Amino acid sequence: MENRSPYIVNAPSISIIMLKVLLALIPGIILYVYVFGLGVIINILLASITVVLTESAILTIRKLPIKPFILDGSGLVAAWLLALSIPSIAPWWIIVLGTILCIIFGKHLYGGLGYNLFNPAMVGYAILLISFPSIMTHWQTPSNLMIVDASWLDQIKVIFNSNLLSKKTLDAMTSATPLDYIKTQLSLNQPLAMIQHDKIFGFVSGRGLELINLGYLAGGLYMLKEKIISWHLPVAFLTTLFFSAWLFNFFAPDTFASPLFHVMSGGSILCAFFIITDPVSGPTTPRGKIYFGTAIALLVLIIRLFGGYPEGIAFAVLLLNICVPLIDSLTQPRIFGHR
Amino acid sequence: MQLNNFFKFNGGVQPEENKTLSTGLPIARLPIPKKLILPLRQHVGQVAKLKVKPGDQVLKGQMIAEADGSVSAAIHAPTSGKVIKISQEIIPHPSGLPDFCITIEPDFKDTWIEKKPILWKKIDRTQLIEAFIKSGIVGLGGAVFPAHMKLRIRQTQPISTLVINAAECEPFITCDDILMRERADEIIQGALITQTILGAKKCVVGIENNKIEAYEALKKAAQETSIEIRVVPTLYPSGDAKRLIYLLMGIETPNDKRSTDLGIQVFNVATVAAIYRYLELGEPSISRIVTITGAVKTPQNFEVLFGTPLSDLIDAAGGSLTKQKKFIMGGPMMGFDLPSIDVPVTKAMNCVIESSPELFPAPKPVMPCIRCARCADACPVNLQPQELYWFSKSSQLEKAREYNLFDCIECGCCSYVCPSNIPLVQFYRYAKSEIIAQDKSKEAANTARERNEFRLARIEREKKERAERHAQKALGAQDKEGQDEKKSTIAAAMERVKQNQQENIKN
Repeated sequence: MENRSPYIVNAPSISIIMLKVLLALIPGIILYVYVFGLGVIINILLASITVVLTESAILTIRKLPIKPFILDGSGLVAAWLLALSIPSIAPWWIIVLGTILCIIFGKHLYGGLGYNLFNPAMVGYAILLISFPSIMTHWQTPSNLMIVDASWLDQIKVIFNSNLLSKKTLDAMTSATPLDYIKTQLSLNQPLAMIQHDKIFGFVSGRGLELINLGYLAGGLYMLKEKIISWHLPVAFLTTLFFSAWLFNFFAPDTFASPLFHVMSGGSILCAFFIITDPVSGPTTPRGKIYFGTAIALLVLIIRLFGGYPEGIAFAVLLLNICVPLIDSLTQPRIFGHR
Repeated sequence: MQLNNFFKFNGGVQPEENKTLSTGLPIARLPIPKKLILPLRQHVGQVAKLKVKPGDQVLKGQMIAEADGSVSAAIHAPTSGKVIKISQEIIPHPSGLPDFCITIEPDFKDTWIEKKPILWKKIDRTQLIEAFIKSGIVGLGGAVFPAHMKLRIRQTQPISTLVINAAECEPFITCDDILMRERADEIIQGALITQTILGAKKCVVGIENNKIEAYEALKKAAQETSIEIRVVPTLYPSGDAKRLIYLLMGIETPNDKRSTDLGIQVFNVATVAAIYRYLELGEPSISRIVTITGAVKTPQNFEVLFGTPLSDLIDAAGGSLTKQKKFIMGGPMMGFDLPSIDVPVTKAMNCVIESSPELFPAPKPVMPCIRCARCADACPVNLQPQELYWFSKSSQLEKAREYNLFDCIECGCCSYVCPSNIPLVQFYRYAKSEIIAQDKSKEAANTARERNEFRLARIEREKKERAERHAQKALGAQDKEGQDEKKSTIAAAMERVKQNQQENIKN
C-alpha cells in the first residue's frame, strides 16, 4: 500500500515558468531592435538553435531523455540571456561558441538542470569576455546616432562576414558603451560633466540603452506579478546599487556618475530581474536572497568604478554563486515554534 | 461572515475545496449492516483488551474491549448481536496490514444496554476520568488520541483556554461542517461541558470562513454562552492544532512542547459532541459522521456505526462510478489509499473519497529540483523543504535532522506547489523512518554493548571470586594440615601415655 498524498497539485511546470521568463524578455528585445536594429534577433536565433542542438547532443551522450529536458526551456533562457549580453554586431561564431560553452561548462558538466553551481549565461559570458575582450567590448551604435546610414542588411553582414562592409560603415556601426566611455575618458583626466555631454548619453544613462532597460524593467515587474521571482533579489540589488553609487556621487560628483546612471546602465536591470534570479545557482532563503543581491550590487559597482572592466556583472554573479551554499546555511529562517 | 483578526502563519495553500459535493444532503443514517468488524486498535496507544469471546451475546453500547493502561481506549458494541469471531482482518491503515478485530453479527433488534448518563457535575474528577476511560471517546478529527488523557488536569499547568477545532481545512471533507449545521447544540453543550471539566476560563471555536451555514448554526447555539466563535481564513492547514492556535491567538507552540504546556487544549467539534452524548445521554462512542464523496453516485454524509464495512457505505452512496474502485481515506492532502473496500469504518475515518483519474490525475514525471523555493514559501512550519529533500535523497540523515525534519507535519503543501512534481512528503517520511530505525538500532547496539560490558565484568568478577575462593580453600587446607599435625602429635602423646600406663599396669 502506498501513501502518495497529496493527491492534488497546483503548480506551473518548469516549462511554463521558463516560458514566462522568455515572455518577460520580449519588451526589452523589441526596444533593443528599435534602438539597435535587427542584429540581436539574429543572435537570439543563433543562440536558440545552438542550445537545442548542443543540449540534444549532450543529453544523448548522458543517456537522458531529450524531450523533457529540451522542453523545460531552461536552456533557452540561458541562451537568450547570453545573446542579450553580448554586442549584437559580434560575429556569428561568438554567440554560437558562447552558447556551446555556457551549456556544456555552465550546465551539463555539473549535472544539467537543477545542478549547476554557476549561472550558465554568466559562465558563457565570462569565458567570451576573457577570450575575446576586443569583440566583447565593441558595441553597436544606436541607429539614430549613426553618421553613415547602415541598412538592416548591413547588420546581418557584420554578423556573418564583416569583410563585406566598408571600413567606414564598420566604424560607424561600433561605439563604446557609456560605462566604457566614462572609464576611458576619466583615465584621460576629463571631468565627468564634460564626458557626459557626449552624444551617446541620454537622459540618465546611455541613449537608447535606458529605453531597453525600461523594457527589461517592465518584464521584471511582470515576473514579480506572476510570482516567477521574489522581490528580495531585485530590490536588494537595485537599492544597494543605487545607494552605494549615491554615496560615491555625493562625495565626488566629478568622478562618479549619478546613482540613477548606474541603475539604468549596462546590464543592471537585466541582472536584477533576470540574471541573479536564476533559482538554481542562487540562494533560497529570503534573507539569503537579500545578502546575495546586496553583495552582487556592491561588487558590480566596485568593478565598474575601480576594476579593469567597464561592467562587472558576470564576475560579481559568478563570485557570489560560489558563496551560495554558505549564504543558505547561515540564513536559515526561524522555524515555527523555535526560538 | 466577517473574518476576525487572525495571525497568519507562513505559507499554507488554498486547494480547490470540493466541499459542496457532499453538503447537498442532510446526514443520513446507514442501516445496520450484516456484520460489524471492530479493530481492537482504533486509537493511539495500547491495543484494547478483549472482554468478550466468540459466541457471546452483546447489547448495543456494551463494552467489548477495555482500555489497557492509560493511553488506550475502550471499544463498544455498536449494535446488539452475537460475537462470531475474533480474528485478523484487513484494517484501514496505510500499512495495509491485518490486525485483530472482533466480528459481530447483528440481531437487528438494536437493543441498548441500560444507558447511564453521568452526573458529571456531582462526581469528583478521579471518578469522572475513570468514567471517561470507559467512554471509548477518542479525538475524532483524525488524531484518535484518547479523550480521557486530554481531560486530565496537571497541577503544574492548568488549562486556561479550550480551543474547539472547527476548521476542517482539507478539501472534500465535510463531516464536521454538516455536524455543525445539524447538531450545533450538541457541540456547544459538549464544549461547555469540556470547558467546565478542564476548568478553562475561555472557550474559542475556530472555523474557516468557507462554512457559512455551520458558522450561523454555531453562532445561534452559542448565543447565550461565553463561547467565542472566531472565523479564520480558508487556508490549508489551518486545522492543524498548532496552526489553529497561532491563527486564533498568535501563540507559537514551542517545537518541544505541547499546547497544554501553555494552558491550551484543543478538541475537535465531533469529539465534544461525543463527550456531550456520553455524559448527558449515556451513549458511548459507537458511531461517527463519515463523508463519502468523490466519484460515488451521491456524495453525502452518513452517520455510520463503527465496524461497518466500507462497501456498505459505498452502496449507500449510490455505488461507485469508476472501474478502478480506488478509495482514499481522509482528504486529498494527507489521506492514503485504502487497501480494500472490505475494511471497516473506524473512529479515525472522517472521509472516504472515491478516486478517479479526473479528480486525482496520475503524478506527472518528476523533474530535477530547480531550487525555486516555492515549497519553502508554502511551508506552514517555515522549514526549507528543498534542503530537506536534498538531505533525504542523499541519505544525509543527520543533516536532515539538523534542518529540523522532525518538525515537518507532512501536510503536503510543499508537494502541492512543486513545479518539478517531486513527491517531497514521501522523501520526508522515508528519511524520518530511516532516522528512527537508525536511532533504534543505535540504542539496541548501545544496550548490547552495555550488556556485553556487564557480562565481561561479571565474568571477571566471578573469576576473581573463584580465585579468592580457591585461595581461601588453599589456606583452609593448610590450616587443616596444621590441625592434623597437632592432632597426630596429641594422638601420639596419648598413645605414649597409654603405652606407659599399660606398661605401668604390667609392672
